[in-house]
Amino acid sequence: MLAEVEGLDFERPVVQLEKKIEELKNLDVNEKVDFSQEITSLEKKCEKLKKEIFGNLTPWQKVQLARHPQRPYTLDYINLLMSDFVELQGDRGFADDPAMVTGMAKFKEETVVVIGHQKGRTLQENMVRNFGMAHPEGYRKALRTMKLAEKFSIPIISFIDTPGAYPGIGAEERGQAEAIARNLKAMSELEVPIIVVIVGEGGSGGALGIGVGDKVLMLENAIYSVISPEGCASILWRDAAKAPEAAKALKLTAQDLLGLKVIDEIIDEPLGGVHRDIEFVGRHLEKKIKRYLNELKNLSVEELLRKRYQKFRLLGEFIEVQPSRKEKTEIKKEKK
Amino acid sequence: MPVEEPGGKKSVPGGLWTKCEKCNEIIYNKELGKSFKVCPKCGYYFRLTPKQRIKLLLDRGSFRENYANLKPSDPLGFVAVQSYKNKVKQDQKKTGLSEAVISGEGRIGKHKVAIAILDFDFMGGSMASVVGERVTRLIEKAIKKRIPVVIVSSSGGARMQEGVLSLMQMAKTSAALGLLDRGKIPFISILTNPTTGGVSASFAMLGDVIIAEPRALIGFAGPRVIEQTIRQKLPEGFQTSEFLLKHGLIDMIVERKDLKNTIVRILNLFSS
Ligand SMILES: [Zn+2]
Repeated sequence: MLAEVEGLDFERPVVQLEKKIEELKNLDVNEKVDFSQEITSLEKKCEKLKKEIFGNLTPWQKVQLARHPQRPYTLDYINLLMSDFVELQGDRGFADDPAMVTGMAKFKEETVVVIGHQKGRTLQENMVRNFGMAHPEGYRKALRTMKLAEKFSIPIISFIDTPGAYPGIGAEERGQAEAIARNLKAMSELEVPIIVVIVGEGGSGGALGIGVGDKVLMLENAIYSVISPEGCASILWRDAAKAPEAAKALKLTAQDLLGLKVIDEIIDEPLGGVHRDIEFVGRHLEKKIKRYLNELKNLSVEELLRKRYQKFRLLGEFIEVQPSRKEKTEIKKEKK
Repeated sequence: MPVEEPGGKKSVPGGLWTKCEKCNEIIYNKELGKSFKVCPKCGYYFRLTPKQRIKLLLDRGSFRENYANLKPSDPLGFVAVQSYKNKVKQDQKKTGLSEAVISGEGRIGKHKVAIAILDFDFMGGSMASVVGERVTRLIEKAIKKRIPVVIVSSSGGARMQEGVLSLMQMAKTSAALGLLDRGKIPFISILTNPTTGGVSASFAMLGDVIIAEPRALIGFAGPRVIEQTIRQKLPEGFQTSEFLLKHGLIDMIVERKDLKNTIVRILNLFSS
């Protein structure tokens, strides 16, 4: 894939300059000639270029970063933040779905249940992972492990990274809609803390199907949307090429969603995206998850569930006009 | 979860006669009215407006609308080829409704119920803030009054123009149904043509009892999206009510003329 070598269109100048610096550094070592001045000047230039290019990304550029072929996936975060991961597989009804990863692990000395969509890095991997698009059995496996978490009072951490739930024949035959719907209801009632982290693509119902929680965090360049910009553009603009416009209109960036109260906090990424320095994000994420877990553990189950209900209950914007006189009389009658 | 546009087909044009969309039979409107808008020749189900649905299901004169004072806003300031504001106005005019759902209370065979009816003619029956809020308030009221909930769905999914806020209505309505569960109050979900996307992937598939009208399109993804993804033609009858029944996803298929009686029989069993 070209993108893996050269980077995305807009990041290419930076990638090329970094490559050149790397080459000079290698020359420096091999030939015992001093390029240090040139290297320093190029590094300065590179920093400036990075700020120019990455400092003010458009929503469409963020969509591309969220889908970047080098972007870390769920298992990368599990490896980075957790230890002793034991994968649990299968929905106990139909199959195991590798597009969804679930298991138990230690996070900072504490056992957690972790679930998340899993994309593949290569085409072969994606044949197995289905590009992170889960079937109903994926959502049912996630629910099974979440119920296990509830049974043993273990908190849940959910990583979201999917283009969407898979639209296919088998998925429909086995009730994709029911599987997602059931998770939405069940997650609103699970009697353990749930922390959701949107790390890449938050693709519609397929994302939300493991996205109901007490705290919803989102990486700076992740996206979360009701429909893909391409899908939206082809319906509302009748032209898929208008995806950049749709990306802007859909308000799918972390900054937009913080404003709409759909997420609680943004996790900073290094300039240019998390794939340039996953450790940077790991440090922030670890601190935030720990803090929220401690905060949530202090709540009684009743309080936890009441707050979770209210969190989603309050989402949405509408105009509430005064009821008309006729409606008021109806309300009065009803109260009597 | 895209909302497919209704395609400009009017369910029943005015005048004395209506041409069946499926078999082209010319039907006398009076006859069509008597058959609850089912084509007498080929059995095609015309879409019912919420008012007609109320007439079909509820005891005469028992319906009281609620939450009509909730109106759509434009939280994202959404403009595509057409602005969201204009589209809302246009569909309000077309349907005479303020939003894609009507909610209220009434009686079905003497049983008090909280009922919501989605209208596909209003922006494809799409779920957005007002739809989610009306449905959620209705469920919360049903819990307080301890009366069963009936929701008649017809929807293409979540509404794009309210972005992720539409998506969140799925979580909100589903969570409310969780509370209804705890109250041990029944929810009967009626699926009509079509029920897909964000509505099927939330409250519509969460009924204690799920009933579908015959030959309705029901699913998660729309058939066009699936065809584009798998690059093959879909089998005959895919995603119909009959397909869902066979795959164990719904309880029963009920003819429109028997729908009210069936609901009454079920409510009788729950209330004894
Ligand atoms: Zn006909």
